[in-house]
Amino acid sequence: MITSDADILKEAEDWKRSGRGVAVATVIETWGSAPRPVGSHLVIDHDANFLGSVSGGCVEGAVITEAMDVIADGRARVLEFGVADETAWQVGLTCGGRIRIYLERVEDGSAGPAWGHGSDRALR
Amino acid sequence: MNLDLLTALNKEGAARRAAVLITEVDTGRQRLVRETDVAGDPLRHRLEEHLDLRKSGLVEQDGRQFFLNVQVPSIKLLVIGAVHVGQALAPMAAGLDLAVTIIDPRSAFATPERFPGVNLLPEWPDDALTRIGLDRHTAVLTLTHDPKIDDRALVEALRSDCFYIGALGSRKSHAQRLDRLRAGGFGEEDLARIHGPVGLNIGAVSPAEIAVSILAEIISLLRRERRIAREAASR
Repeated sequence: MITSDADILKEAEDWKRSGRGVAVATVIETWGSAPRPVGSHLVIDHDANFLGSVSGGCVEGAVITEAMDVIADGRARVLEFGVADETAWQVGLTCGGRIRIYLERVEDGSAGPAWGHGSDRALR
Repeated sequence: MNLDLLTALNKEGAARRAAVLITEVDTGRQRLVRETDVAGDPLRHRLEEHLDLRKSGLVEQDGRQFFLNVQVPSIKLLVIGAVHVGQALAPMAAGLDLAVTIIDPRSAFATPERFPGVNLLPEWPDDALTRIGLDRHTAVLTLTHDPKIDDRALVEALRSDCFYIGALGSRKSHAQRLDRLRAGGFGEEDLARIHGPVGLNIGAVSPAEIAVSILAEIISLLRRERRIAREAASR
């Protein structure tokens, strides 16, 4: 049974190792009534298979669509979702809250992210 | 996120060690900080704060925004007493990602038939708890009603910084329990840490309902900060 966000990140690793293109979405900020807490993950592969949840179903579809682009171009993005009429997105959170999601590609081995100045190699 | 970092993070999780994956939001730069390396990190105080609360979150330093993805080991729930409430509680607790161990020196109670798939230790609680080690990610629950079993566990729990101590029993038996612990040298501040009678007051009757009330109480402590923030916001 996959229940925790740690389980979902383990799955992301396994998917990547089996040669699939993988993106990880993480809830990094919430305002008001948000369905999933900060730190929740959604992992998506290049065929739009997914595991986990960032909103309990409200915006998953849009995140998965965006993840296809992230897997293609490797550029991490910050997505923001609010109630439907306050956002450029076609979907919203019916609960009236707002969430910010960090969406990134899982890169091969030690390659740094495409966006920015390379990774901090603080791994000891 | 590169695969090396993800693998290292998962490895810490599998070993039940806390770790934080830090992402600089604007640049996507990341680093992994293991529990043992927190003290040497520039974000040390924020890391300690978030590890204490078991909570991921955004922090700012020098005008830069960092996301702390906090990964902490699951909560250990050490249950003293292979009794009826424990039978109802163990599968529910597993569903909540609590790592349950049932401890009971009476080997007739602590049988795999009565607790299928549950980690069982037919030992005295003080021996078992000392060996397992109690930390702030641990909850201790006594269910036997038998002072010579429960009290040993409560003494070990009070000496530790475990985040939850619960003891099953009526108001009367709880008062007697506190008297015994007082006589054993514990102060009022110590005794106030024990939730007794155990569980939220939901009028629970059956063993399964009592298990729900106990687990609800544990969750209410785990999510204390979130709960307090919401209560404050709704005022």
